[in-house]
Amino acid sequence: MDYGALMEGIVFYLFAALAVLAALGVVIARSPIRAALSLALVFLALAAMYILLNAPFLAVAQIMIYAGAVLILFLFVIMVLNPRLDIVGGRNHAQTIAAVIFAVALGVLMIAAFVAGQPAPALGQFTPEFVSQVGHVQIIGALLFSDYLLLFEIASVLLLVAIVGAMTLARRERDQHANAKHDLR
Amino acid sequence: MLTVTHYTILSAILFAIGALTFLIRRNPLIMFMGIELMLNAVNLAFVAFARFLNNMEGQVFVFIVLTVAAAEVAVGLALVVAIFRARDNVDVDEIDALKG
Amino acid sequence: MSQYLWLIPALPLIGAIINLLVGQRLPRALSSWLAVAFMAAAFGVSVSAVANLFALPPEERVIHETLFQWIGVGSFSVNFAFWLDPLSAVMILVVTGVGTLIHIYAVGYMEHDSDYARFFTQMNLFAFMMLVLVLADNYLFMFLGWEGVGLCSYLLIGFWYNRDNLSVGTDEKFLSPRSSGTKAFVVTRIGDFGFTLGVLLMFWTFGSLAFQDVFPKAQAMFQVGAPVITIMTLLLFLGATGKSAQVPLYVWLPDAMAGPTPVSALIHAATMVTAGVYMVARSHVLYSLAPTTMAVVAVIGVLTAFIAATIALVQNDLKRVLAYSTISQLGYMFFALGVGAYAAGIFHLVTHAFFKALLFMGAGAVMHVMNNLIDMRRLGGLRKIMPITFWTFLIGALALSGFPLFSGFFSKDEILADGFSRGSIVLWAVGVLVALMTAFYIFRGVILTFGGKPRWKEGEIISSGDENAHDEHGARGLHPHEVSAVMWVPLVILAFFSIFSGYIGLPHVLGENWLGNFLEPVFHETPIEISAALEWTLIAVSAIAALIGIFIAFRFYFSDPKIPARLRSYYPGLYSLLANKYWVDQIYEYTIARPGRWLANAFWLDVDGRIINGFADGLGRAFRGLAQRLRLLQGGYARGYALAMLIGIVVVIAIVVMRP
Repeated sequence: MDYGALMEGIVFYLFAALAVLAALGVVIARSPIRAALSLALVFLALAAMYILLNAPFLAVAQIMIYAGAVLILFLFVIMVLNPRLDIVGGRNHAQTIAAVIFAVALGVLMIAAFVAGQPAPALGQFTPEFVSQVGHVQIIGALLFSDYLLLFEIASVLLLVAIVGAMTLARRERDQHANAKHDLR
Repeated sequence: MLTVTHYTILSAILFAIGALTFLIRRNPLIMFMGIELMLNAVNLAFVAFARFLNNMEGQVFVFIVLTVAAAEVAVGLALVVAIFRARDNVDVDEIDALKG
Repeated sequence: MSQYLWLIPALPLIGAIINLLVGQRLPRALSSWLAVAFMAAAFGVSVSAVANLFALPPEERVIHETLFQWIGVGSFSVNFAFWLDPLSAVMILVVTGVGTLIHIYAVGYMEHDSDYARFFTQMNLFAFMMLVLVLADNYLFMFLGWEGVGLCSYLLIGFWYNRDNLSVGTDEKFLSPRSSGTKAFVVTRIGDFGFTLGVLLMFWTFGSLAFQDVFPKAQAMFQVGAPVITIMTLLLFLGATGKSAQVPLYVWLPDAMAGPTPVSALIHAATMVTAGVYMVARSHVLYSLAPTTMAVVAVIGVLTAFIAATIALVQNDLKRVLAYSTISQLGYMFFALGVGAYAAGIFHLVTHAFFKALLFMGAGAVMHVMNNLIDMRRLGGLRKIMPITFWTFLIGALALSGFPLFSGFFSKDEILADGFSRGSIVLWAVGVLVALMTAFYIFRGVILTFGGKPRWKEGEIISSGDENAHDEHGARGLHPHEVSAVMWVPLVILAFFSIFSGYIGLPHVLGENWLGNFLEPVFHETPIEISAALEWTLIAVSAIAALIGIFIAFRFYFSDPKIPARLRSYYPGLYSLLANKYWVDQIYEYTIARPGRWLANAFWLDVDGRIINGFADGLGRAFRGLAQRLRLLQGGYARGYALAMLIGIVVVIAIVVMRP
C-alpha cells in the first residue's frame, strides 16, 4: 500500500471538502464579514492544493495576495461602509430560481466535460524531477523574465492603471467636499 | 491515485458556486467575492493541468491572474465605495441606471 | 467669326440672367431696355448669320456648329449644336425681329407694373428657349427648347398670379391667370408626351437624333408608308397639336389670354405656337414618307381652322377673338404642311407672326388705355381717340382677312392654291369658307372696337345673350388716349411688314416666290402644276371670300346692327353651341379632368394614404411595438445581464459537450 498516495488522497479530500463548504458559506452567509472569512478559508484550502500540486511558490503567493491583500481590502471596505445584513436572493424570485438552476447546470456540464474528456499525455519538459533539481522559483522567474516578459510588463501597467483608477474614484468625492466647503465660506 | 480530473471537478464546483454567489446576492461586496471564487477556481484548474502535463506555463498564467485579480478588487471596491457615498446604499437591485 | 451662332440664343439668356439676379434693384427703365437691348443684339447677330448663309451657294446653305457634347453613352451622342439652314434662318429672323418689337412695346405696356424684372426675365428666357428650339441640330436639344418655351409660357400666362380675372367690365367668366397657366401647361404636356414617345421611337429606330443622321437614314431604310415612320410622325404631330393648339388640344390657348398682352403677342401668336409648325416642317423628310400622317395633319389643320373660326364669330372678348383666330390660322399652316406645301406653311407662319402680333398689340393698346376693359360690347368709337392704333389694327385686320395685296392675302392664297392642287377640293372649300369667316370676325372686332360711338360710359351692352350684365368695374370715368411712342412705333413697324411681307412669296402669275426659292434647298418641293387661268381663279375666289366676309361684317355691325340679334333668335341652338365653344371645355372637364381628378384623389387618399402609408406606418409601428417589448429586457440590473450571460455560456457548453 502506498502511504504517500493515501496521504495525498486524504489531504486532497479534506481540503476539497473544506473549500466547497467554505464556498457555500460565501453564498449563504448573511453577514458580509462571515462571507469574507469563509472566502479566506477557500483561499487557504486552495493554497494547500497548490502544495499538493507541487507549486509551493504559488501557494505562498496565494496566501500573501489573496488571504493577505485582497481579503484585508474586503474587510476594510466592509468596515468603512458597515452595510446591513444582506438577504440571500434577489427581489425577483424567478431570477433567483433560474440562477440556481443554471449555476447547477453549469457545474454539472463542466464536470461531465472533464469526466468525459481524456487527459492529454504529459509531454512537457518540466517533470517533477527536473523541477526539484532546478528549483521551482527559479523556473518561474526565468519564464516570467524571458518568454513572458511582455505579459509581465502589461500586468505591471495594469496594476499601475488600477492604482490610478482607484485613487481617482476615491478622490473625486473629496474635491466635491472641498468645493462645497469653499462655497460655504 | 489522484488524477487531474479530481482537481478539475473541484474547480468546476467552486466555479459554479462563485457564479451562483454573483447571481443571487445583492451586496456588491459579496458579488465580488463570487468573482474571486471563480478566479480561484480557474487558477486551480491551471495549476492542476500544469502539474499533470509537466508544463510550467499554467503556473505563470496563475501568477498573472493573481495580479489581475488584485487590480480588479482595488478598482471594484473603489467603485463600491463611490456608489455607496453617492446613494447611501449598496443594494444592486436598486441600481438600475442602465434600464432601457 | 467661325463660331457665333451660339450667341443668338446666348444673348437673351444673358439678359434673362442679369434681370433675374439684379433686375429688381435696377431702375425700371434700365431693366426693361436691357432686355430689349439683348433681344436687339440677338436680332443683329441673326441678321449677320443669315447674311453669311446667303453668301453660300444655295445647295450648301447650312451652317453647323457644335459647342460641346451634351450626352454621350456608347454610340449614342447628343450635342449642344446649332443648325442654321434657310428654314431656321426664317425662324430666327421672325423670333428675334418680332420679339424685339414686342419687347419694346412691352416696355410701354408694363410701365405701371412693379414686377417688371420678373416679366423681362421670363420674356428673355422665352426668347432663349425659342431660339434653342429653332436652332437645335437634333431632336433632343430641340425638345429642351420645346419644354423650355412651355415653361415660360406657363410662367407668363400666370404672370399676374395674384389676380382672379384680368378683364374688367365683362359678364363672362374666364379662368384666373393661375388656372390658365396650369391648364396650358397640363394640356401641352399631353402633346409633349407624344413628342417624347416619338423621339424615343426615333432613337430606337435610327440610333440617333441628329437631323443629319436621321433624315438620310429614313430615306435609305424605309419605303413610303412604312408603319414605323407613320407612328413616329403621328406621335410627333401629337406634340405639335399640343404646342400649336390644334384639335383636340387647342383648348389651352384661349385661356392663355389671361397673360399680359405682349406675352399673347409673342408667345401665343408669333412664335411659340408656331413651334409645332416648325417641327413638322423640319421633319418633312419623315412626313413625306408617311402619307397617312400627312392626311391626318391636313384634316386636323382644316378642322381646327374651321372650329376655331366659328367660335371666333361670337366671342365678345377681343383678345379671345384673336386667340381663336390664331388657332384657326395655325390650322391653315398645318393644312399647308399636310398637303406637302411646306414652304407655303412657313410663308403663312411668317406673315401671320407679323399681322397677328400687330393685332394683339393693338388690342393690348386698347386694354392698356381702357384699364383692362376688352369686352368689345363695351368699347367702340376709339377710331378718333387712338388713330395710330386704329390704322395699324386695321392694316393687321386686312392682312388677316386676306384682303388683296396685303401679306395675309398672298400667304393664304398660296396655301389654298396648294391645298386645291395637292389636296382635295373639299378641304379647299372649307379653307375658303374659313377665310370668309376670318374676314367677318376680325372686321366685327374692328368695327365694334373702333367704330361707332363710345359705349363704355353708358355701360351699354350690345349683342349679349345675358342682358343682366352689370357695370361696377369702374369703366366709367375712363379717359382713353393714344398710347405713347414706345408702344405705337412697334405697331407701325409691324404694320409695314403686315403689308409688305407678302411680297416675298408672290404667286407664279404675279412674280417670283422668293421665299419658296430660298426654302427650296430644305424642302425640295416639286412645284405645283396648275395653269395660269386656274391660279387666277383661285386668287379671285380667296379675294372674293375675304371681301364678302368684310362686307357682311359691315352690314351686321355698321349699317344694320339689329341683324346679329335677329340671327341669334332664329338659331338659338347654333349660337349657344358656338358661344359655349362646342362645350369642348365642359366635355374635357367631365370626361377627362373629373375622372382624372377622381382617380388622382383615389390614388392619393386610398392607395397612397391607406395602403402605402399604412404599410410604411405599420412597419414603423411594428418595430416600435417590438422595441417597446424588447426594451423591458434591459432591466438595468447588472445581475440580470449576468444571468443572461450565464444562460448563454451554459447553452454553448452544452452544445460543445453534447456534440458527439
